[in-house]
Amino acid sequence: MIAAWPCPGPSGQCEEYAQAFDRARQRRILIVPALFDEANRMRRMVVDAMRLLDAAGIDTFLPDLPGCNESAQSFTAQSVHGWRVAMEHASRHFRASHVLALRGGALIHPGTLPGWALEPAKGPTIMRQLLRARTIAARESGRHEDSAALLEQGRTKGLELAGYRLGASLIAGMQDALPQIEGQRIIAQSELGGGGLWLRAEPAAAPDQSAALARRIVTDMGA
Amino acid sequence: MNSTDSTLRAILQDVLGLSAERVAAFDASTGLFGDLPELDSMAVAGLLTEIEDRLDIVIEDDEVDGELLESYGNLLVFLEGKVAQSQLG
Repeated sequence: MIAAWPCPGPSGQCEEYAQAFDRARQRRILIVPALFDEANRMRRMVVDAMRLLDAAGIDTFLPDLPGCNESAQSFTAQSVHGWRVAMEHASRHFRASHVLALRGGALIHPGTLPGWALEPAKGPTIMRQLLRARTIAARESGRHEDSAALLEQGRTKGLELAGYRLGASLIAGMQDALPQIEGQRIIAQSELGGGGLWLRAEPAAAPDQSAALARRIVTDMGA
Repeated sequence: MNSTDSTLRAILQDVLGLSAERVAAFDASTGLFGDLPELDSMAVAGLLTEIEDRLDIVIEDDEVDGELLESYGNLLVFLEGKVAQSQLG
């Protein structure tokens, strides 16, 4: 099911969407997606886990980050701070009792909620990978680009990385962002078995991983 | 098979979504970037970042060229050199 939630953006109040399994139950998990392309590669695994949690009596909400998916907001206008505020709003709107942050989602999840962080990723590591993808693509087409120079340019003028037009504030924020773990339990990929789907060159389902993730959460919640 | 070799195979298995058997069959001449269509620049960037993480090394921009990623053998020899260097330092 697709649910809508009100979200403030740089150009005013907007409506954003979330994939939701909402039967007004007490246990309600806000799932903060991974960032950039990692979100696409993990989406099937996560939504399959949401279905299993629904069957186990737990509501789940996977909001779009402003500027991503169906969002009407400009991606370039986003910032780490803006995404953090947006996730706070989503959490309040859906009355989340818990949070599950995926990878870079741990940079922006509402830290006051109990819950889990799956393989939290550091901002600079995510940026390094995006910059590297760009320098490799440039080299492939016979041009030379330097990560450090690109980053410097990005901090003042913004930069297109992996098909995303990142604004200067998002780049600056990502370079300093670290996972905000405040008591959330860290789930290592090894607990789910198999390789991390964010690494996978092509998006794929991983039913065993979805089941392991849902089992971990159900066990921890005593559901 | 040394540990750098087995780590590299494990990472390629994760990135390419291949079975352990398929990846175990990679030899020095197995083509990577350019031969495996799913290995685009974004996937290679993820691959290198994961390698850095698991082998605890740093790969500089100017070390990443077409030759490095041309074959499994080239990448492995480069990484073995990097690991030896970091253990000395």
